[in-house]
Amino acid sequence: MEKFEKLHGIAAPMPLVNIDTDMIIPKVFLKSIQRTGFGKNLFDEMRFNRDGTEIEDFVLNKPQYRNAEILVAGDNFGCGSSREHAPWAIADFGIKCIISTSFADIFFNNSFKNGILPIVLPQEQVDILMADAEKGENARMTVDLEAQEITTSDGEVIKFEVDAFKKHCLLNGLDDIGLTLEKQDSIKTFEEQAAQARPWV
Amino acid sequence: MSPKTLYDKIWDAHVAHEAEDGTCLLYIDRHLVHEVTSPQAFEGLRMAGRKVHAPDKTIAVPDHNVPTTLDRADPATMTEESRIQVEALDKNAKEFGVHYYPVSDIRQGIVHIVGPENGWTLPGMTVVCGDSHTATHGAFGALAHGIGTSEVEHVLATQTLIQKKSKNMKVEVTGKLRPGVTPKDVTLAIIGETGTGGGTGYVIEYCGEVFRDMSMEGRMTVCNMAIEGGARAGLVAPDETTFAYVNGRTHAPKGAQWEAALNWWKTLYTDEGAHFDKVVTIRGEDIEPVVTWGTSPEDVLPITGVVPAPEDFEGGKVEAARRSLEYMGLTPGQKLTDIEIDTVFIGSCTNGRIEDMRAVAEVVKGKKIKDGIRAMIVPGSGLVRAQAEEEGLAAIFEEAGFEWRLAGCSMCLAMNPDQLSEHERCAATSNRNFEGRQGYKGRTHLVSPAMAAAAALTGKLTDVRELI
Repeated sequence: MEKFEKLHGIAAPMPLVNIDTDMIIPKVFLKSIQRTGFGKNLFDEMRFNRDGTEIEDFVLNKPQYRNAEILVAGDNFGCGSSREHAPWAIADFGIKCIISTSFADIFFNNSFKNGILPIVLPQEQVDILMADAEKGENARMTVDLEAQEITTSDGEVIKFEVDAFKKHCLLNGLDDIGLTLEKQDSIKTFEEQAAQARPWV
Repeated sequence: MSPKTLYDKIWDAHVAHEAEDGTCLLYIDRHLVHEVTSPQAFEGLRMAGRKVHAPDKTIAVPDHNVPTTLDRADPATMTEESRIQVEALDKNAKEFGVHYYPVSDIRQGIVHIVGPENGWTLPGMTVVCGDSHTATHGAFGALAHGIGTSEVEHVLATQTLIQKKSKNMKVEVTGKLRPGVTPKDVTLAIIGETGTGGGTGYVIEYCGEVFRDMSMEGRMTVCNMAIEGGARAGLVAPDETTFAYVNGRTHAPKGAQWEAALNWWKTLYTDEGAHFDKVVTIRGEDIEPVVTWGTSPEDVLPITGVVPAPEDFEGGKVEAARRSLEYMGLTPGQKLTDIEIDTVFIGSCTNGRIEDMRAVAEVVKGKKIKDGIRAMIVPGSGLVRAQAEEEGLAAIFEEAGFEWRLAGCSMCLAMNPDQLSEHERCAATSNRNFEGRQGYKGRTHLVSPAMAAAAALTGKLTDVRELI
């Protein structure tokens, strides 16, 4: 997995609440058996007309946001399906950080597995960052995972919380499976005990 | 010992390792697999030279892509991409040696119907699947939730998940339900109350007389939509209803093992005085048959209501409601029962079980669906289909004018050929009314099976209480 350390980039505002996984990547694009190539269909039905032409007023089609690497989004981002195609599409498009007042649980976990940092902040702070993102491409934010700080284009610093284990994995680009396999003995011991306690499982 | 919730008890019984910061390796008893979210995970194993850690605890079945028309044995009924996904599952199941129900097997169906039906899902288990509606299995008092593909690969390789414990939330529905009010109305009414983010960070336990009185099918409908309320999982404590459902199923324990299992299952309840971080209480008598008007499952109103205006809401929901109304082609103030529909979809992991079939038959028996309405019933599994045929329900459906299909996810998420066209309006027993969910620009109203049946007869959203 790609490491996430410090990001300095354009933030795009998407204030709509409850942006769901069907909006992020409609199911017609879930038929690939690969992990890559979903970025071109990110937000497909919001971003493109049926004939493939771009919908001009969609934020990521605006010239100043086409290269956005950060999303500042409305509440409950990523609700709905467990499809990891949603963070795959977001990462493939080039977005590495999403900021909102809350995220759906499965989407939140899936993001970390794909080098994306989801940040939860109180409404007032999301409002500040949303206003900053509205300024367009000259308003670049800095997200520093090590320091757990976001710096706005005006130099205002906002601290954020992140789970220590998830931070460690993201900073170092660690593969979860490799880490878990280091604990194989614990799993084996558990299985032996469970086989005694609940042999019917 | 301090009193524990049901969630605490199941969690504690499955922690294989706990780090200092509280990050746990949670052992997984059952891993259900389908064709859409697993190919990349199996490919990951192959590339790393890894095996499936516990193939005997892994059950695979294709459901999302498979056509539900009677001619589906013909490969031409599937798009090339769908066929590749289903074939990949065939191949992966064989290569990695996991339990498998291919499309041709009568036990094939929607993964969340197949698991319980065959006795794979048991009380007190941990159950995961690369599908958010895994919450369904919580009806058995099993800790069950959806995971992403990276986690599917992690479970395949290690039979564990890296987890931190969620908070405990209690949703209590007291008293009795009124006639015409079903488990689907209960679960939608709860989401209407809590919002789609109300359960975020929590595992819900559904408590109260309404759930105690409910069948296993009904409890599955309720837990299925826990995810729509944002919760990681929903639980109902196992009781005699649960044990009676499980007893005798193919993969349920037998003999002495049954007795041992039963002894443990009977300890799976929330202790007196256990702490819940959040409590929501609803009176069963206050719940009416409901319908969704918008594009979020929280957009719930009693069928007797009217379409709301964006100004009825606050904050970010004002713009979301405006967008929903435009998408749905509705006008504020319009009576919900005046909304005409084009299509009725009955099925899905929410409402594709035998009890749902019976509920529909009760409403449509001896009647005809309205001219011009497209109406399909898609049973949740081949076994549900067979039982419905045996009980004479299928004949009632066909006489009324419904299409009677083979099992699959079908128009719930429209990955197979069952889709809405632009602006086609559907009364659906499924779980999501998101934009584009049932087809590009398709319009979905979520309802119970009885309400869907009523809509099929009248061609409009209808209060089923007027027909029974």
